[in-house]
Amino acid sequence: MRVALFVTCVNDALYPRTGIAVVRLLERLGVDVDFPAAQSCCGQPQYNTGYRREAEPLLRRTAEAFAGYDHVVTPSGSCAAMVRAHYPRIARQAAREGRGSGLERLAEEFVPRVYELTEFLVDVLGVTDVGAYFPHTVTYHPSCHGLRTLGLGERPRRLLAAVKGLELVALPGAEECCGFGGTFAVKNPGVSAAMGADKTAAALATGAEVLCGADNSCLAHLDGTLRHAGAPLRTLHLAEILASAEEDPLP
Amino acid sequence: MTRTNLGMPSFPPFPEAAGEAVRDEVLRANLRRATHTIRDKRARAVTELTDWDRLRAAGKAVKDHTLRHLDHYLLQLEASVTAAGGTVHWAADADEANRIVTGLVLATGEREVVKVKSMATQEIGLNEALEAAGIAAYETDLAELIVQLGHDRPSHILVPAIHRNRDEIRDIFRSEMASWGRPAPEDLGDDPRELAEAARLHLREKFLRAKVAVSGANFMVAETGTMVVLESEGNGRMCLTLPETLISVVGIEKVVPAFRDLEVFLQTLPRSSTAERMNPYTTMWTGTTDGDGPSAFHLVLLDNGRTDTLADETGRQALRCIRCSACLNVCPVYERAGGHAYGSVYPGPIGAILSPQLRGTGSDIDATLPYASTLCGACYEVCPVAIDIPEVLVHLRERVVQGGPATRAGVRVRLRPAHGHTAERAAMRAARLLLDHPGALRTAERLLARARRLRPRRLPGPGRAWTDTRALPDIPAEPFRDWWLRERGNRH
Ligand code: SF4
Repeated sequence: MRVALFVTCVNDALYPRTGIAVVRLLERLGVDVDFPAAQSCCGQPQYNTGYRREAEPLLRRTAEAFAGYDHVVTPSGSCAAMVRAHYPRIARQAAREGRGSGLERLAEEFVPRVYELTEFLVDVLGVTDVGAYFPHTVTYHPSCHGLRTLGLGERPRRLLAAVKGLELVALPGAEECCGFGGTFAVKNPGVSAAMGADKTAAALATGAEVLCGADNSCLAHLDGTLRHAGAPLRTLHLAEILASAEEDPLP
Repeated sequence: MTRTNLGMPSFPPFPEAAGEAVRDEVLRANLRRATHTIRDKRARAVTELTDWDRLRAAGKAVKDHTLRHLDHYLLQLEASVTAAGGTVHWAADADEANRIVTGLVLATGEREVVKVKSMATQEIGLNEALEAAGIAAYETDLAELIVQLGHDRPSHILVPAIHRNRDEIRDIFRSEMASWGRPAPEDLGDDPRELAEAARLHLREKFLRAKVAVSGANFMVAETGTMVVLESEGNGRMCLTLPETLISVVGIEKVVPAFRDLEVFLQTLPRSSTAERMNPYTTMWTGTTDGDGPSAFHLVLLDNGRTDTLADETGRQALRCIRCSACLNVCPVYERAGGHAYGSVYPGPIGAILSPQLRGTGSDIDATLPYASTLCGACYEVCPVAIDIPEVLVHLRERVVQGGPATRAGVRVRLRPAHGHTAERAAMRAARLLLDHPGALRTAERLLARARRLRPRRLPGPGRAWTDTRALPDIPAEPFRDWWLRERGNRH
């Protein structure tokens, strides 16, 4: 089984710890994971902001970078959703407008091999107990694209619940958007901040030590909101918790 | 080219209006309480049905089929309504519709009309047009009455006064009712029952006096010419049955082919809108009948940008909307921004995709509406006719920043990108070029890592808003790809 890590541009530049955690976790589970250096960004920022044509070359680059791998794993529900829900659509439209030769075939071939991390663990590897150890109280925020576009359902929470020492507490209003929304956070700062404030207040009220998510962009917005307010709540990507092991625990 | 009127004057861009609304604590509390209550109730009402997904698919299919053959069904409707004793009028835009209705009212010799709550008449600004012609229009829906008495604008499709609390409503009744008709009792309190009773007595006078009523409709059945109104209070039924002349203004997308097509919507609409299994009043009328109900019936079929919308393959799904308002009630942006920020009678997610299609993306408000969403997808998930609102939002964003083909007033045009996006376009392009060259990307990441200690606390330009309320993430000493090269790079 040839497995490639699609680390995503945000994780590559700003959250390398998440990528490192995925590598350690998968290796611990016996997966031989590779990192094709030709990868970069899935094109979601462009596409979602209205620059569909600017996203086309990134679609091509991404699909080509992962050619030949059986599975492509990404620690971002949002980027996985971009590939699964929008690549076919973008490729189809490009073809209709007489651009992007072969893009449709590329997308068709690439899309079914892409998995968000928790899908890969639960559906492909068939594990929910990944042998992790993290003796803290954790509350989980399911990001919108993972929740609605991918339908991750209970997978992340089942994985967390199986972590040794971890106490999972429910987050009230968990399914509500945190207010990040890519360029939304910049274009509509007032509403975005209000949503972020409500989400972090709900997380703080749980009394948990850690606010966990599976998308670093949402977490950046929430973590920034918490730190700006000086609130004592740590944010962590799910992969980091799952990678934490008894012999080498995450502090 | 006439500009489609959605019943609102010119408006500030969405981020500005929403930013202001967010700071209004009372408004936010009112909206939060109301939307959360209704969204929880809706979720319960929907889970009761085991075939919800199939009903949703069926509703979508009926609407799509009708829209594909809209010309056919509208002509059939015209024939059925005429055969049943009604008169059909066609209105290309708001002005024409207002002219037709005003003319019809004046011809009766009356100077007063009672109104059934209707989105279409709000869309065209009918009340203002009637007033200009010396005709007083009385809203009879409780929430609409509150809005009208308060010299206010509706903030929600179904609950136009959602932004008002009981205290505010009592104050409005006490100070305003007298100048419109029967005054509110001196000692009126803020108990909902007391408020409703005051409104009932006030409205009863109007119902008994009015000779002309104006309504919209939720559905029009092409086969039989039947009009359908769903409502909760019964005031609509009074308007539809008591007066001598009934004038209905209805958007052309409201037609369904046959009577049996109503079955699906009579299940999905009440559950999605008021979380009721069945709505309390369903009134249907077909043309005129001697000695029963209005003796004259006029149907004004309203286009007002709808055929233009129909011409757009991605955007036309917005015309499936049955105005249930479920998308408003789950939308986290609507919940904070309130309905007024959307600058049209259609607020929330549906407003964000409908207004910029009906009116075009030319104005500031219409160019910012497609961005009034985080694309969280909650609206798509609840929509009973499965309108993929996020898909249409992204499609319209493209129209705003890159221009492209569109239909305006029936003419195929090529839109130029909206102004004000030059810097963003350049940034997107630069980012794309960088991301498409991993060598350059790696260099940029390394430069960033080296400059990490220089990270400012506050960003300039558009990024400032980020640092106003959020701290920036720390920049790592080493990007992931360098870690990989160092730790695992030589393995393969
Ligand atoms: S878009 Fe869908 S959910 Fe929103 S009002 Fe229309 S039918 Fe209801």
